[in-house]
Amino acid sequence: MENKEVISKVNDFLIDEFEIEEDQLIPTASLKETLEIDSLDYVDLVVIIERNFGFKVKGEDFATIKSLQDFYDYIISRANSN
Amino acid sequence: MNRVVITGMGIYSTIGKNIEEVNNSLYNGKSGIGFEQLRKDWGFRSALTGILERPNLKGELKRRQRVGLAEEGEYAYVATVEALKQAEIDEDFLDNNEIGILYGNDSSAKSVVESYDVLKEKKDTALLGSGAIFQSMNSTITMNLSTIFRLKGINLTISAACASGSHSIGMGYHFIKSGLQDMIICGGGQEINYHSMGSFDGLGAFSVRENEPQKASRPFDRDRDGLVPSGGAATVILESYESAKKRGANIIAEVIGYGFSSNGDHISVPNVVGPAKSLEMAIKDANLKASQIDYINAHATATPVGDLNEAQAISKVFGAKTPYVSSTKSMTGHEMWMGGASEIIYSVLMMQNSYVAPNINFENPDEHSAKLNIATETIKNHNIDIFLSNSFGFGGTNSSLIVKKI
Repeated sequence: MENKEVISKVNDFLIDEFEIEEDQLIPTASLKETLEIDSLDYVDLVVIIERNFGFKVKGEDFATIKSLQDFYDYIISRANSN
Repeated sequence: MNRVVITGMGIYSTIGKNIEEVNNSLYNGKSGIGFEQLRKDWGFRSALTGILERPNLKGELKRRQRVGLAEEGEYAYVATVEALKQAEIDEDFLDNNEIGILYGNDSSAKSVVESYDVLKEKKDTALLGSGAIFQSMNSTITMNLSTIFRLKGINLTISAACASGSHSIGMGYHFIKSGLQDMIICGGGQEINYHSMGSFDGLGAFSVRENEPQKASRPFDRDRDGLVPSGGAATVILESYESAKKRGANIIAEVIGYGFSSNGDHISVPNVVGPAKSLEMAIKDANLKASQIDYINAHATATPVGDLNEAQAISKVFGAKTPYVSSTKSMTGHEMWMGGASEIIYSVLMMQNSYVAPNINFENPDEHSAKLNIATETIKNHNIDIFLSNSFGFGGTNSSLIVKKI
């Protein structure tokens, strides 16, 4: 899957499902502080990622994901390794 | 002991999505019942149900606030917003006062069924999402509304089958009467989906008059053949008289009596003694004579035995001359966990607007309903100073409330 396609898909579900404003989606944005994704939201992210990319995220994988760029990189890496 | 008053009401029901719509429907004898083909497809004996669309809360509530809200929670939210508005309770008041919630609910089946379906397919609990647990618990309404409205008082769900909503008001009445709380959000919510109704349908207790949905709910009528399941949510704001006066609130009515009992008998078949005891206790608590009551909102769901026994219980307590009696379930269907609360609102609307809503579809009495003064049509210009509302449920739980004009 192309990187652009992954980023576009991620942005789409962050806007549609998590109701995050498009202009907040900058790569350096902190998932927790800026995008206000809380511990329960991570549970829903697992579901949405499985639905969109077909792989299951382990909860502990999120420990190292701090910024939106980290999140894109993680999804790109997993999507292309499957 | 504190006096307990109602200062706000809100409703989301099959006969109207707010107080004004509901009042019009009650006055005009409008039915909220329809036929849902999906139930037939799923092997239901009866496809009759109250018809109610879910409110769209996107834009009104944040995603996190919506994720854990089950269908009945959405109804309860809308009803509570209306009730708080009528009571003139704003966000500042919610933040700076200890307000409780005692809400009736006795199921949240859809989320359980849907989670089971996902689990069966995916074999991974991590794929159930964050909202399923908060939607599936019996206390889903109180846990969500207490969070949304940032409530800091008593926070409790009342599960008492079809008397849940009524008991929630009865419990609220006692909490305020005794001085433990000044204000409590009371009410009842009821999911309306087919997921929650299959097992009840299986008992054969629902009307099968599918060719005439709006004539199917026939409380007290000789030819009744069962209840029609329905739902929605109803909220009343209970408050101490002193609190209401202090903040200059519009006092709608006063709760003056609460009676309860348990039949100690069959799990689904009601009797006469238990409900009669509940009625008598409420009348005694209100320090009234039965003859002082101007209107009875009956529990009557249109099951053959239930209505028969309630008619006998009313006759036992009120004697040969009963006040006007009607079952608003003839229009709404059986709102179950919600019913005891919504029927207080229906009756207060009649009291405020001086009419008795009709017991529609009552064409011929049976031996016992013949002894009741049933309102077959809207009784216009009828003053109601005091009314009594009955709610009875599976397990033989009974609740009776008496409300007075103020």
